[in-house]
Amino acid sequence: MSMSILLYPLITALLSAIISLFFWKNPRIQGLTFLFGSALYLASSTLLLLAALRDGFVVFQAGNWAAPFGITLIADVFSSGLVFVTGVLTFLASLYYEGSKLNSSVSSIFHPILHFLVFGLTGAFLAGDVFNLYVWFEVMLVSSFVLFTLGGARSQLEGSIKYVAINVVSSSLFLAGIGMLYGLTGTLNMADLAMKLPMVENQGMVTLASIFFLVSFGIKAAIFPVFFWLPASYHTPPIAISSLIVGLLTKVGIYTLIRFFTLIFTSDIEYIHVILSVLAGFTMVVGVLGAAAQIDFRKILSFHIVSQIGYMVMGLAIYTPLAIAGAIFFAIHNIFVKTNLFLISGLVKETHGTFALKKLGGVYHTFPLIALLFAISAFSLTGVPPLSGFWGKYLLALGGIKAGAYVIVAISLFVSLLTLFSMTKIWGEVFWKAKPEETLLKIETQSAFIRKKWLMLLPVVLLTLLIVLMGVYSEPFIDFSMRAAEQLLNKEAYINAVLNS
Amino acid sequence: MDIVLSIIVGLLYTIALYQILQKGLVKVIIGIITLGHASNLFIFVIASLTRGAPALVPEGMEHVPEPYADPLPQALILTAIVIGFGIQAFGIVLLQRVYRVTGTSDIDELNATDMIENTD
Repeated sequence: MSMSILLYPLITALLSAIISLFFWKNPRIQGLTFLFGSALYLASSTLLLLAALRDGFVVFQAGNWAAPFGITLIADVFSSGLVFVTGVLTFLASLYYEGSKLNSSVSSIFHPILHFLVFGLTGAFLAGDVFNLYVWFEVMLVSSFVLFTLGGARSQLEGSIKYVAINVVSSSLFLAGIGMLYGLTGTLNMADLAMKLPMVENQGMVTLASIFFLVSFGIKAAIFPVFFWLPASYHTPPIAISSLIVGLLTKVGIYTLIRFFTLIFTSDIEYIHVILSVLAGFTMVVGVLGAAAQIDFRKILSFHIVSQIGYMVMGLAIYTPLAIAGAIFFAIHNIFVKTNLFLISGLVKETHGTFALKKLGGVYHTFPLIALLFAISAFSLTGVPPLSGFWGKYLLALGGIKAGAYVIVAISLFVSLLTLFSMTKIWGEVFWKAKPEETLLKIETQSAFIRKKWLMLLPVVLLTLLIVLMGVYSEPFIDFSMRAAEQLLNKEAYINAVLNS
Repeated sequence: MDIVLSIIVGLLYTIALYQILQKGLVKVIIGIITLGHASNLFIFVIASLTRGAPALVPEGMEHVPEPYADPLPQALILTAIVIGFGIQAFGIVLLQRVYRVTGTSDIDELNATDMIENTD
């Protein structure tokens, strides 16, 4: 049997991680392997996306064991899209990382671990078996634990203690949920579960099991009321390290939530989706209010991640094709924009030496290019047309209004206004305000920085162009989201693809 | 047997939650370890217990005669134990590191990242 196209991204990530372990003492070769591996991963994820768009599903049965007995890997339009986004982001983050030149003791560990993280992420997106998903999650989490603590600064250690503890609890709940599903149905294959769960007599137990998964994935996605670990830990590692984590890790939680509650737990929609929409509302509001109080560039952005997770949960809660398409579009848009804003905060730190809003000022004068890039990303995050955030929010609001969920739509629009408030705060404090007199921070001028560290600037420029493209020429992206959403809501096709292949 | 194990699972979860909510980091780690055990035993019990009937095909037969003990939950638990062990080891090293850098293992004092004024 020839190797499935599904395995290419997994193998490139794993191989480049292992190869860079061999060049532990040689940062130059390691860096090159890293960039090359990221580029190869991007290429293979593109191939996977094209294959999934062509055939609908790409299925791989490990060891050729027929479906419910072996381990299934499956890519549909949604998951292959996310793998592709991971590819784009990994590549751009690697460029930024190579440009920023952290010290070599950090980078010799960073290079392999980042690709292990990507390996785990890809596996989690492609898993077609619940226990397999658990194992991928652990690969991803252990890698992220290492990345969080890398460098060992005090704030990093404090942040990661919370991060590690809450994630272990979440994994335990996940495991208990898996046990319940197995006890009820005797299978762990997702497609098989989707078929057998409606036939279970004791539907109360099914709902109970679904709550285990809701809480567990809720912790990983940072939804209200279990999001406190995120703003306490996400801003602590160096920007080059945290940028990828910021964009992707919570989105895995959202991905699994959407997957489980469109494929597996669909028998008690009324009950679960009321809970989901209440949680979505609170997540949006609490996140944005938390951001309003902060005075650190990265902490404001961290709280906004929480707020925007609410929008994605809202799409799932409304549960119509249009709303789920909105959630998917919003998730992809958010991955790009959020990572870009974090990278921009890193550029500000690199040139002005701090993240503190009070000590910053006048960046608009010293570095107009960053100001422009920030303005575009911030407007996109708020949802100003014609940038990408507008279309995501438009689809969500339209889906909500058509489904009659007026309250949550009103909340989401109100939260957008508050998002704008936070972004204007950053804009006013960092870019427009005159530079505070007493600060004695180093300031690099624009031309000197571009000459020396153009590699750090390049990914930010590329991501900004992508955001603009996603807004101005949004049609293919919206088509993609609609297709993914329709596929998600058509359970039979998924079950067929796995069990009858 | 089911009843005894169920009560033990309940007890383990209680102990784990109590310990995780303590202030001392060592207790939190103990809680995390106990929580792992609780979840593993939970899987073991909920996947239904069958005693003295291994899933082996007797000589001269094509299939295993029912009822037989399901080996899959045990395989799952084994995997979960290994993963849990790795994460506990990481947690313990992290704890030691935190204690060395900050000089405290009291969760209440490890709140620098939550302070609004704390920026750099």
